[in-house]
Amino acid sequence: MSIIESEARPTGISLTSSISRFFKEHIREQGMLIALVVITLFFQIVTNGTLLQPLNITNLILQNSYIVVMALGMLLVIVAGHIDLSVGSVAGFIGAVAAVMMVQMELSPFLAVPACLIIGALIGAIQGFWVAYMKIPAFIVTLAGMLVFRGLTLVLLQGQSIGPFPVGFQRLSSGFIPDFADAGGLHVTSIAIGAILAGLLVYLDVRERANQRKFNVAVTPLPIFLLRNVIVVAALMGLCYLLASYNGLPNVLIALFVLIALYTFITKRSVIGRRIYALGGNVRAAKLSGVNTERLTFYTFVNMGMLAALAGMIFAARLNSATPKAGNGFELDVIAAAFIGGASASGGVGTVIGAVIGAFVMGVMNNGMSIVGIGIDWQQSIKGLVLLFAVFFDVINKNKG
Amino acid sequence: MSGGILEMRNITKTFPGVKALDNVNLVVQEGEIQALVGENGAGKSTLMKVLSGVYPHGSYSGEIYFQGQECRFHDITDSEKLGIVIIHQELALIPTLSIAENLFLGHERAARGLINWNEVMAMSQELLKKVGLHESPTTLVDDIGVGKQQLVEIAKALAKKVKLLILDEPTASLNESDSEALLKLLLQFKAQGISSILISHKLNEVAKVADSITVLRDGATIETIDCHKDRITEERIIRGMVGRDLTHRFPPRTANIGETIFEVRDWTAYHPLHSERKVVDNVNFHVGKGEVVGIAGLMGSGRTELAMSIFGRSYGTRISGTVYKHGQAVDMSTISKAIANGVVYATEDRKTFGLVLIEDVKNNTTLANLKAVAKNAVINQPKELNVANEYRDNLNIKCSSVLQKTINLSGGNQQKVVLSKWLFANPEILILDEPTRGIDVGAKYEIYTIINRLASEGKGIVVVSSELPEILGLCDRIYVMSEGKIIAEMPAAAASQEAIMTSIMQQQQQKETQSV
Repeated sequence: MSIIESEARPTGISLTSSISRFFKEHIREQGMLIALVVITLFFQIVTNGTLLQPLNITNLILQNSYIVVMALGMLLVIVAGHIDLSVGSVAGFIGAVAAVMMVQMELSPFLAVPACLIIGALIGAIQGFWVAYMKIPAFIVTLAGMLVFRGLTLVLLQGQSIGPFPVGFQRLSSGFIPDFADAGGLHVTSIAIGAILAGLLVYLDVRERANQRKFNVAVTPLPIFLLRNVIVVAALMGLCYLLASYNGLPNVLIALFVLIALYTFITKRSVIGRRIYALGGNVRAAKLSGVNTERLTFYTFVNMGMLAALAGMIFAARLNSATPKAGNGFELDVIAAAFIGGASASGGVGTVIGAVIGAFVMGVMNNGMSIVGIGIDWQQSIKGLVLLFAVFFDVINKNKG
Repeated sequence: MSGGILEMRNITKTFPGVKALDNVNLVVQEGEIQALVGENGAGKSTLMKVLSGVYPHGSYSGEIYFQGQECRFHDITDSEKLGIVIIHQELALIPTLSIAENLFLGHERAARGLINWNEVMAMSQELLKKVGLHESPTTLVDDIGVGKQQLVEIAKALAKKVKLLILDEPTASLNESDSEALLKLLLQFKAQGISSILISHKLNEVAKVADSITVLRDGATIETIDCHKDRITEERIIRGMVGRDLTHRFPPRTANIGETIFEVRDWTAYHPLHSERKVVDNVNFHVGKGEVVGIAGLMGSGRTELAMSIFGRSYGTRISGTVYKHGQAVDMSTISKAIANGVVYATEDRKTFGLVLIEDVKNNTTLANLKAVAKNAVINQPKELNVANEYRDNLNIKCSSVLQKTINLSGGNQQKVVLSKWLFANPEILILDEPTRGIDVGAKYEIYTIINRLASEGKGIVVVSSELPEILGLCDRIYVMSEGKIIAEMPAAAASQEAIMTSIMQQQQQKETQSV
């Protein structure tokens, strides 16, 4: 009782106390971002500046793009209170399907890519059906799916790699956006896109703050607001500058920007997104409020299947062949990304941007440790501990609140 | 006054904003059956939780003496060591384990971590014989009925060398013959010198077996009746349980009741798991425009089940019957259809079924009618904030802002958020299940005021409550439910707590005489 009353907001609250309160309430979101920056700086120093070289940063993005794509879907699945262990196998399977279609049957990528997305959605629908309507725990359904699609990948490929893919399909992963102006080796279009994006983010944040003021809810303290925007603009422009001094923005990065924006919008602004959070937060209350919880669960799995298919194609295009081992263990990186990014294992909590940051935390660590020369054995162990501590941080944070 | 086996002196226990127990005294003599009666919320369960150590020493004031020694229990194991064992209304058995495993759960017959199964089986058989349960100790608890499970609980208490057995509503879910057997068992224990405290709503049972009866009301001891001196009738007990000042606890109300706008006919529903068990039995009721209708009844009488089965069939199977609005039959087959037809149901359990606790006031307010703040499936955030702020002001929800998580609100404010959610769905009929459960007197008054306002706006309101004063103070007309049936209907002006309780008791007695 007394807590509630003391929280009733007196007018003219002091700036320092409002800043400290802001940090208390948003420690998780800010915390992971700070962790990503610290980890990046750490590896930048121990690799003697190799990490942030234009070539390496381009590779880092390409290497992690498929994990980020799947993390978007996994976030929704986890927020809805479920899990999907099959995504790695499904990605591998779709890679194989794409190879059979485009290499063996010589179908056009314009036909094969949509077909693969549809097959991915169908796989998601089948698994979603068992979870949502037959009430079989997602852990079991997708564990079965993991085995089934790993097996089917081997069947399709008959134990061999299939490649190479048509050039048009390879562009999905290895292409860069064209430059419309030339300025001494610097990719101008990339810089321009970065600037537009940064401007857009600042505009949205300004509008958000205006709304906070208008509707009398806690307003982000001005110093934090300014600092946050400076950091976001600087990071974005820095990234684009680095990429522009190599080949410019990769096609995949543009796709990632679009997907991240789309899924952020869905989770924050759409009716369906809000309902997924309610479903994961308290399925019984959501149901009694008229939410069709079964259908919603079903669709989160359909969506996951489609994104796994997209990721599988990006990965196959990057390797330029479909291999029987493709996608092995991806599910673990994807799930770890969502949890490092602050999603709750019991559902109802998590953000798209958090999952993306989580994916890049894993990505930067993979990349950095490889450059330093740490073996894959120790890499796994260290990543495991990072996951454990990130979630532990969550738990103590929650207990304090 | 000689101590007896148990004496609780001046027990006072407060929760934030509520005084649950106020100087309660309780004395149990060696080898007697003491009944503890009172309305829901009178403090019976709280008192027993203090006694068994669920609320540890220090969280209440007053003293407990057991066999002449002062006791300071820190948890349940402390009280069980002395032989005080409580059997809760919801049984604490593990359904997937066998009877024998359950009997010794927590104090296994073991040496160095290895269970001596021969000893367990031998002792189990002996215990089961004592309680008259003819089942193999290896049978899974899941495979026996509720009545037998109750006996397993009692056998488990015996295994702990019980001296004082506390039974909380032991016969609430039992049929007549099982209840009868259980009461006989209590009398048998009494002969062996085991004392018991029996908490029960079934006053006929109480009158049958108790040696003395302590009546609690509003967290205070009203009286202790010695059954051997006074002649005990149910009316005598009821008089002690009820009878308090009802004025000033309810806002004044001028009813303006119009034509019937909502009607339920021949409504029957069966238990979702035991589909042969009728939970709601051929119920008929109607609500007028601007009318507040109460549904009274004891726990387990089928009130909540009735309400939920009407609201989009969210409870039960094999549901039959028709719902009419303005004389037209309406489709209530799913929750979203019920909401679309202007019928909403606010649950009795706001934490489990009512709110998404990890989300904020705003998101909970709009959850049932998101479409009204969205365009093309995209939420209009300014509009949504406006709505949330509007309901916060209208219902006087105390929160730092509408972005505060509902888990951090007090019970009364949480209940107002639940009401906001349903009011925003723009209903014509509101079914409110225990709308003031677990909230303090001030917040109750506010909720009552809101209900009155809604009625005066012409909505039809159904209030389900186990608190009879609330039903009497709030409603225009009252239905009484028992065993899934509506057994009486009375205008509030002609109703009294005695009348309602008596009609329930009569119905139960009739059933008993039929079954004999």
